Amino acid sequence: MAQHQVNYASSAGLPIALTTVDKLVNWGRSNSLWPLTYGLACCAIEMMASGASRFDFDRFGTIFRASPRQADVMILAGTLSKKHAEFTRRLYDQMAEPKWVISMGSCANTGGMFNTYATVQGVDRIVPVDIYLPGCAPRPETLQYALMMLQKKIRRESANMNKNTKQNLRLI
Amino acid sequence: MRKYTPKDNVQAKSYYTDRFHVTPRVPRNEVQSGSHFADVVNSFKKLAYESYVELGQLVIHIKSSDNIKVLEILRDKCGYTVCSELSAVDYLARDGEFEVFYQMLNMSQAKRVRVVTRIKKDEAIESAASLFKSANFAEREMYDMFGIVANNHPYLKRILMPDDWVGHPLLKTYPLQGDEAASWYEVDKIFGKENRDAIGPENRDPAKIDRYDTKRFSRVGYEVPFGTDITQGEKENDIEYSKAQLADYTKSQKQLDKRK
Repeated sequence: MAQHQVNYASSAGLPIALTTVDKLVNWGRSNSLWPLTYGLACCAIEMMASGASRFDFDRFGTIFRASPRQADVMILAGTLSKKHAEFTRRLYDQMAEPKWVISMGSCANTGGMFNTYATVQGVDRIVPVDIYLPGCAPRPETLQYALMMLQKKIRRESANMNKNTKQNLRLI
Repeated sequence: MRKYTPKDNVQAKSYYTDRFHVTPRVPRNEVQSGSHFADVVNSFKKLAYESYVELGQLVIHIKSSDNIKVLEILRDKCGYTVCSELSAVDYLARDGEFEVFYQMLNMSQAKRVRVVTRIKKDEAIESAASLFKSANFAEREMYDMFGIVANNHPYLKRILMPDDWVGHPLLKTYPLQGDEAASWYEVDKIFGKENRDAIGPENRDPAKIDRYDTKRFSRVGYEVPFGTDITQGEKENDIEYSKAQLADYTKSQKQLDKRK
């Protein structure tokens, strides 16, 4: 029995990992990004494909949540009409801090081909966007890449969300 | 002088129009006596002041006050039990009138009739919702898009646009990209009018380039770090095209062949 005892101090090193709080918190946050199940138009089909088994968002720790209270990423997948803008903002407001927004596809980014009276010309008029994802519609790989970029972004920022909260307290 | 733009029709026009082009009309045939459509026309007596067959379907023009009578006859006596479509056409710029049409379908005979009527700008029309359930939503859409009121409608309210929307989008006087109220609609609704300046106006130009915006744009060969303020003291540089890519197409017609 005794021969299995490992002398940590001498052989492989201590079972201690040294890190910073920022890194630890951001490691947790970035590896369990839970997006809101929220599809606006055809981009949502690609988003659903990303979530399903072929592309498998689950391996990023990304699981779609059906409630804004449990979600921390909002993927705005599709055309946002002016009639709906109010409700998008309300869902965003209902999400708990910290929260991030991915604007998916041309329509969400700029209004896209819908240069009309009824379409919001870019969702950044309504909510603060972290990642703009081009494409019409972006393929699931592209959405995965956007999510990885968002993870990178989260790992870069401070874990103390007071800074970010202040930012969010501004209008957008 | 500023170029004149008509105010009664602000819709985009074809940028090239042939002055001598005459749009071909769909041929209008007379209603053949003894046919099914002849029976339909006869059952109206004098309610229909014009009737003809267009692309195999009967078109009848009626007075707007007769619309319920005509639709009732069509439904009960002629077997046109389905009102498949009901809407309006904006001819305000041309005639000062709306054209309201009802597209009727006879399921047993596989025939269609279009009932067409004209109403003036602020005139209302009697609702057909009591005769056809499908007219309920169709008339709400007609009200939403054109502002045409259907009298005695059970629930006349906007169906597509939000309730507090200003204007009726399918009118020829309504610009495609929206009026002032439309362009600020979501900002006013979410943040309030006082925050319009903070959000800024919509960008409707898909090719818009801001040369001082170093967050969204960069110039090839003159890159600066992300977000640098270059509004002051930035050198003006001409665009340099690569010489290798330039081909003078005006020099000779055989230029393209030589490049092979």
